[in-house]
Amino acid sequence: MNRLQLKDLYSGFRDPDTIKALAWAINDETKKLKEPLKIMEVCGGHTHTIMKYGLKQLLPSNIDFIHGPGCPVCIMPKERIDHAIALAQIPDSILLTLGDMIRVPGSKSSLALERAKGYDIRALYSPLDALKIAEENPDKKVIFFAIGFETTTPMTAAVLEQMVKRGITNLYFHINHVLVPPAVDAIMADGQAKINAFIGPAHVSVITGAKIYKSLPEKYATPVVVSGFEPVDVMQSILMIVKQKNEHRADMEIQYSRSVTLDGNTKAQKMIEKFMKPREHFRWRGIGDIPLSALELREEYAAYDAEKIFADILPTEPIDDHKLCICGTILKGLAKPNDCKVFGTACTPNTPMGSCMVSSEGACNAYYRYGEI
Amino acid sequence: MCLSIPSKIVEIDEDNMATVDTMGIKRMVSLDLMPDVVDIGDYILIHVGFAMSKIDEAEALQSLEVYQEMLEAMEEEERRQVIETDDNCDSRGKV
Repeated sequence: MNRLQLKDLYSGFRDPDTIKALAWAINDETKKLKEPLKIMEVCGGHTHTIMKYGLKQLLPSNIDFIHGPGCPVCIMPKERIDHAIALAQIPDSILLTLGDMIRVPGSKSSLALERAKGYDIRALYSPLDALKIAEENPDKKVIFFAIGFETTTPMTAAVLEQMVKRGITNLYFHINHVLVPPAVDAIMADGQAKINAFIGPAHVSVITGAKIYKSLPEKYATPVVVSGFEPVDVMQSILMIVKQKNEHRADMEIQYSRSVTLDGNTKAQKMIEKFMKPREHFRWRGIGDIPLSALELREEYAAYDAEKIFADILPTEPIDDHKLCICGTILKGLAKPNDCKVFGTACTPNTPMGSCMVSSEGACNAYYRYGEI
Repeated sequence: MCLSIPSKIVEIDEDNMATVDTMGIKRMVSLDLMPDVVDIGDYILIHVGFAMSKIDEAEALQSLEVYQEMLEAMEEEERRQVIETDDNCDSRGKV
């Protein structure tokens, strides 16, 4: 057996000829399809791949994509962005977060605008940097505004573990970690999107294991294929879905077998379990309240919980989106970005009105960057 | 946000940190979340400064083999179609 080269893990799964061969096989297999396919790719990473590589254009017209809610920045309601801003305005504080979160508009401002006013707000490459910043600034309150789905949650837990080990006492956590299965259930219970197959998330599943989707085919009679993020992965997953439909099956299958197992990363799962527990309620932007769809710190760690320590300055009222923004409807799978009146005009990646335009995984951002499908 | 990059372990430190090669770029990552023992030369997935899983080389190679077979099948089909088209042209030529 040839030993695998690192470059094979990239080029092998992006090979244009392989994509063409898969498109050919899908087109052939689709001739037998009885009903049009409405595939929800739950994760924004897949939306990005579909747009970037123009995969929709290679597929027959009876396959459509419904872009799912798997974009942690997109689903953050405005009141929680206002939390981040309020925390950043505490005297002698340093507010830390990840990625695009810094640019998402809250009710009146964004973290980026507040940073421009002089508040100490930093976007981290890794949550690990929070430990170093806390140790280097013992007189400051260092607050980590933690975001992300199951993929990113264990990293926050690992930082908590290190913080306790090193005896750091000036680091606080505002936890916004959310869960994929309750969101998918909420969309399916709503029923309007008419989804009849799922492409399951790649790296969420590396952590949780594919077992978290096992109930989906039983409950909704929909195939679920857990897919890698490369274009060849996505095309192969679509082929697997079409084959299931033609064979009248609704199963959970793993295409991303080089990285996903049924049980996932049990060490990471235990680390999360140690520090966090399900939150009774969490309001998702556009979707609304979904019970038990997010996590919070356990009571034992209340001394580090920014939501408890700084409760008196955090707004509690829910704040809805700008009335022209249809991000919520897009997150529910009921509209496409180009159905929006302000898409590409008043709302662009440089002047986002809604969160779907901010994140590189947001459907609006992907449509703007790569053109409509 | 959930994106992750395949990387190769080139060095492992005492404090459970590893130096990895991500397409020629060297970076330090934490191994605190790794469920399995990893060695130099292993391929791992990296997410926000942490190794999150080992890539199963046998599974990756198997997928690549399946794609190779599909490519060959497509090429054969294409060749067959070209030959059939040629045949049709020949037959038309004879009429």
